[in-house]
Amino acid sequence: MDGLILTFFTLLKILAVVVPLILCVAYLTLMERKVIGYMHVRIGPNRVGFKGLGQPFADVFKLLLKEVIVPTNASRFLFLTAPILSLAPAFAAWAVIPFAEGWQVADVNAGLLYVLAMTSLGVYGVIIAGWASNSKYAFLGAMRSAAQIVAYEIAMGFALIGVLMMAGSLNLGDIVRAQSGGIFNWYFFPLLPLAIVYFISGVAETNRAPFDVAEGESEIVAGFHVDYSGMAFALFFLAEYANMILIAALAAIMFLGGWLSPIDGFGDGVHWFLIKTASLLFIFIWLRATFPRYRYDQIMRLGWKVFIPVTIVWIAVVAFAIYFEVGPWFSTVRSGGI
Amino acid sequence: MTFELFIFYFFAAIMVFAATGVITSRNPVHSAMFLVLTFFTCAAIWLLLEAEFLAITLVLVYVGAVMVLFLFVVMMLDVNVEPLREGFVKYLPVGLLVGVIMLVEMVFLITQKYFRADQYPIPERVGADELSNTETLGRLLYDNYLFQFEIAAIILLVAIVAAISLTMRRRPNTKYQAPAEQVGASKEGRLRVVQMPSEERS
Repeated sequence: MDGLILTFFTLLKILAVVVPLILCVAYLTLMERKVIGYMHVRIGPNRVGFKGLGQPFADVFKLLLKEVIVPTNASRFLFLTAPILSLAPAFAAWAVIPFAEGWQVADVNAGLLYVLAMTSLGVYGVIIAGWASNSKYAFLGAMRSAAQIVAYEIAMGFALIGVLMMAGSLNLGDIVRAQSGGIFNWYFFPLLPLAIVYFISGVAETNRAPFDVAEGESEIVAGFHVDYSGMAFALFFLAEYANMILIAALAAIMFLGGWLSPIDGFGDGVHWFLIKTASLLFIFIWLRATFPRYRYDQIMRLGWKVFIPVTIVWIAVVAFAIYFEVGPWFSTVRSGGI
Repeated sequence: MTFELFIFYFFAAIMVFAATGVITSRNPVHSAMFLVLTFFTCAAIWLLLEAEFLAITLVLVYVGAVMVLFLFVVMMLDVNVEPLREGFVKYLPVGLLVGVIMLVEMVFLITQKYFRADQYPIPERVGADELSNTETLGRLLYDNYLFQFEIAAIILLVAIVAAISLTMRRRPNTKYQAPAEQVGASKEGRLRVVQMPSEERS
């Protein structure tokens, strides 16, 4: 009986995370169109509902009512599994995200590792989609995107190693608690190179502009999801935006102190987490409106020859600083028991 | 049957099904995907043993990195399975021999007196609440087994160097980009502004 109640409450918690997340994704698309619109000196969508606020729902219903077409000679099962494969990890990673003190679905010890494992699964959706649609353009897009994601995942993982060295824990809640004590204790300052590498790798990992060669409309039409239509396409869209929000939330947790207020003990809470995440999402959109697309070889060079060496050097710096007990990297309030 | 046992059998059944799929499916990409499913369910079974670090690392390393590269290669090669199947009868005796040897070894190990599981003490169970997996493993690796760990690291390094040197070929006629030169290019180096009087109208 206890087990049943526990399961029921866990399901409720999952719903409490997933439903707002889907709404956030819906309104993020609207925000993106509006923000880019204003940056281009246009108005953006303003027809559906009050000032265009109904636009996301109009888009969703349009996609829901469209036919899902499976191309000839496509591997039918994998073709239809691919969108789910890319969406499921994007949602599953939210299980360990702490929204505020104690507000998380599962308080996992190896939370950071879990998030990395889940985000690394997202690439399957892309590869399988490209392969199963039996189209050259889709396949090229899948290959580009897979190589890019594998390259930037390494830089991203290395950037997080610095965080867990300073926090002394893999638990995301503990990482935030280790940053308590005002804005100057956030990891953004002592780990500045890693924070920048992490965020840019996050942009590349989610295949967003200026790293969106996987889509590359001008060369390969739309990349891995050329042949998808209707709801199957919408799921890819949903996964991309859920991943964007996830990367922003993780950056907020690991470098900007999560739910902590900039002034020590002054109104900590979920609102700070949301403000930080939203600001980072704005930067995502800002980047898209500002920069032209990178060339493919430039992306690979940036990932392998610039970011990975930078992170390795900074990990060594952090390691020496902790070993010789130099502040601000070494801190006595570290939560881990090492 | 407890709930835990039910979950174990559930995942074990999926795992056996997926492992069979790896060797029976006709398409190499489907085989690779079945292998991914095998690893994933294996990680789930490890989670039941409260080995969260190992389980998540299995997903992260094997599913998230190794299998992605594997799939990449399998897709790029576009292996045609038909010629491979023609040799089936020819290689059947060798395959059977290897299979029988492995089976005999396994049966020998399982039934042998000294290797049976009940000969060993049951490992002491340390709950995840008392000491985290990560810490336990870290202590073991960096305190008790430091040398073995370092040796493994050096072997891996040697393997990386070997793999790179095997694929490294100097091709003199290939054009490379030198980003430093590209960035350092200036107007003075490329452009010559010539002053000349205007031509007379003819």
